[in-house]
Amino acid sequence: MKYFIFLVSLLMNTALVYVLGTRSVLPLPLGSFLSVQEGVWQNAEPVDADFNASLRFDSLKGKVDVFLDDRLVPHVFAEQENDAYFVQGYLHAKFRLWQMEFQTHAAAGRVSEIVGEKAIHFDRNQRRMGIVYAAENALASMENDPQTISAIDAYTAGVNSYISSLKTGELPIEYKLLGYQPEKWTNLKSALFTKQMTQTLAGYDRDFEFTNALKLLGEENFRILYPSLPDSLYPVIAKGTVYNKPLAVLNPPASADSLYFKRTDTIQFVEDFKPNPSNGSNSWAVSGNKTQSGKPILSNDPHLGLTLPSIWFEIQLKTPSFNAYGVSFPGLPGVVIGFNDSISFGFTNAGRDVKDYYEIQFRDTDKKEYWFDSSWNPTSRRLEQIYIKNAKTVEDTVAYTVFGPVMYDKSFKTDLTAEKAYSLKWVAHDTSNILKMWLLLNRANNYTDYLEAIGHFNVPGQNMIFASKSGDIALWQQGNFPLRWNDQGLFVMPGTDSSYMWKGYIPHEENPHGFNPVEGYLSSANQRAADASYPYFMPGSYEVYRAITINRKLAAMNNITAKDMQLLQNNNYNVFAEDARPILLRYTIKEQLSVDEKKYLSLVTSWNLMNDATEKAPTCFTAWWDSLHAEVFNDDLVQDKMPIAKPEKFVLLEALERDSSFKFIDNNNTPNKEDLYQMVTVALQKASKMLASLEKENKLEWGQYKNTTVYHLLKTNAMAFAREGLMNGGGNGIINATQHDHGPSWRMVVEMTSPTNAYGVYPGGQSGNPGSKFYDNFIAQWAKGAYYKLWFMEAAEDGATCKWKMSFASK
Amino acid sequence: MKFIVSAIITAALAFGFGLYFPWWTIVIAGMLTGFLIPQHWGLSFLAAFTGVFLLWGLIALFISVSNDHILAKRISMLVIKNSSPYLIILMTALIGGLTAGLSASTARSLLNLIKK
Repeated sequence: MKYFIFLVSLLMNTALVYVLGTRSVLPLPLGSFLSVQEGVWQNAEPVDADFNASLRFDSLKGKVDVFLDDRLVPHVFAEQENDAYFVQGYLHAKFRLWQMEFQTHAAAGRVSEIVGEKAIHFDRNQRRMGIVYAAENALASMENDPQTISAIDAYTAGVNSYISSLKTGELPIEYKLLGYQPEKWTNLKSALFTKQMTQTLAGYDRDFEFTNALKLLGEENFRILYPSLPDSLYPVIAKGTVYNKPLAVLNPPASADSLYFKRTDTIQFVEDFKPNPSNGSNSWAVSGNKTQSGKPILSNDPHLGLTLPSIWFEIQLKTPSFNAYGVSFPGLPGVVIGFNDSISFGFTNAGRDVKDYYEIQFRDTDKKEYWFDSSWNPTSRRLEQIYIKNAKTVEDTVAYTVFGPVMYDKSFKTDLTAEKAYSLKWVAHDTSNILKMWLLLNRANNYTDYLEAIGHFNVPGQNMIFASKSGDIALWQQGNFPLRWNDQGLFVMPGTDSSYMWKGYIPHEENPHGFNPVEGYLSSANQRAADASYPYFMPGSYEVYRAITINRKLAAMNNITAKDMQLLQNNNYNVFAEDARPILLRYTIKEQLSVDEKKYLSLVTSWNLMNDATEKAPTCFTAWWDSLHAEVFNDDLVQDKMPIAKPEKFVLLEALERDSSFKFIDNNNTPNKEDLYQMVTVALQKASKMLASLEKENKLEWGQYKNTTVYHLLKTNAMAFAREGLMNGGGNGIINATQHDHGPSWRMVVEMTSPTNAYGVYPGGQSGNPGSKFYDNFIAQWAKGAYYKLWFMEAAEDGATCKWKMSFASK
Repeated sequence: MKFIVSAIITAALAFGFGLYFPWWTIVIAGMLTGFLIPQHWGLSFLAAFTGVFLLWGLIALFISVSNDHILAKRISMLVIKNSSPYLIILMTALIGGLTAGLSASTARSLLNLIKK
């Protein structure tokens, strides 16, 4: 009996400690995870937490006082500029460490180290794209500039000071959840962050999809389905602007007709992890003669994937040389979108294509030589070692040609044959120091300073909006955009011939720009920057509709206040539907509709064209139009294993406006010839099936249907840390560009009065800790379209009204 | 009395170890009191269980209340797919209590074996 008791007790004890201590039985080691002294309970921040602190660090040169306001926004007052970056690094790490590391691990293709084998394909994709190679090139140029390297060194030291002070209990929850430890921050990680942003904003292209479309459809049809100029284009720089003659007229190589435009084969593999084409932004500046205060107002809202922790961290940096406020990227020093004593600045994505693929002929499967300009040339080779949690390291050798990394070959995409490989040419791989732009913008006093600052920026190409207290407004589309002959880079190019290479970059001074225009405002919303009179070929992925609403509204507005600009950022008017609805209504055969179908038709008919959360019509309209798009194009374009670009929504709309017997309407899969009446009616009938099932679930209202969700960075693996079901309006092509999990990641309105009158909000919170009340406390405000007044502290004395103070000093 | 004393000692040791060492050192806390305080193995179990159950349960409760249960709601959603702070606090207390209790009864019953 005694033996029995002992054995049972011992067995149960051993089993319990084993189960609680491992990840191999339960998904979490509940012993350490729920331990009150080391586990997640330590991350439960008291709601009345005290953030006061007095800290000393060797590397500081002077004193730094940080005043934290009631939203946990730090106002950093430093006696030395680099000390401000040190403290910014420390604060980013204190509030956002896991996110900073995870995002840069993802950029570097190191996710497998954290989550195991399921991320190998993702990691290989990142490495083969040359993100680490690009970051190394960027870091080399940062190191060449004394101002940049001292800022980034200070920032890195600040991050690491926090990491080395971390106790086990204080580790961010995600480390406990996934079971790993943070490593030291490095300057390379900051460079990796800039390349991650570049991939997000200048990593979208359709070279393979276009190549196949051209082969399948022929040139005439290709031009119809993928036009470069929408009829309804409202370019960034007003129509009718007269541009300089191009510096050089570029002609396609003599062989282009046979080797480039008339390929004999298609490309049969599918790319993964393409960036969301909705990544974009709105921004505008109105000059003083249109505002009530007589001073310019600048507005900006960047549209990105909505995540917790947020991509943004609000901060004020005051040093002897500048006083800047705005949002920063955890991972980089400085203020990225914001304002200082004299100017304000913001960004929208240029959307220009700066990424091309060249078809490479390797000599053999070793990939050591490739055919270029009539001889075999050696590749350089980069060995990528992918460490994997609980599994053997995977090695991947990537060949580099004169163009760049050979991203796709048979070793990566098994659908490819051994003879086919594609090398990536991408501006992101160039050496460049884009951080320098922000270091200079933060201290810029006027338009001249702004011009000097943006000259340092090469990629991802941006429309850079500017307003100053002295009354100027300006906008430059800035970046290095390849000089190309017409149609160069739309399709995959031959990689055997130097005549297909880019001919350098369009000189910066030729980039589209505007300065104090007579209209009294400048705006951009990811549309094509210029009309056909711009003398350079400018392919890209552009939005059409937000720009139309913005321009229409701004042109009509006068006596503008900051509040008006906030309302405009939250405007839900669907200008696409304004043109598209009449077509749907005109071509519906009402006699063929069921009771349900008539009900959805009447919702669309009586709709006020606002994509408001409680409206049912936007859901009906969107489903109907998408259904029509699929009816018209799927029979022509959907092919197994062969990616073909989907025509943009403006293409169908403008084609139908021009010609109701548009040649793609007929369904090739039926013997009959369909007309637009049949297509529109069938589209409504098909959409109605989906709408009826939505209605049963009570999800017909636009906000319910859209179900705006701010996911945690671990996506569906951590829904407990996400915020689902936010009822708000907006959508694709709407100024309030809020989609299901994508949209305005920061809304800012800055009136250049003295004192500065600024407002902002982002869907998150300053703390990345799901156990903090500051984790998601801005979301409710954001969802209802409200703002916080941004408190731009002038002097440290004002800090007395702040809730907490952290003092940093040297030892 | 012995029961209460051994409960308190287990809790105190568990807390002390927890300041510097990983969570499973509560095994040592349980075993030590199991060895040192002579009582029926069943009482050894109960005393150590009660001590650490209360220690972990009360600390978790205190932390969670001052946090307005923000974290407990999320963690309970994550672990037991149900937003229930008190369940996750109870689970925490049970994990600590059972580990300590079984450790104490293992030690006590081993001692009974050796002493014959």
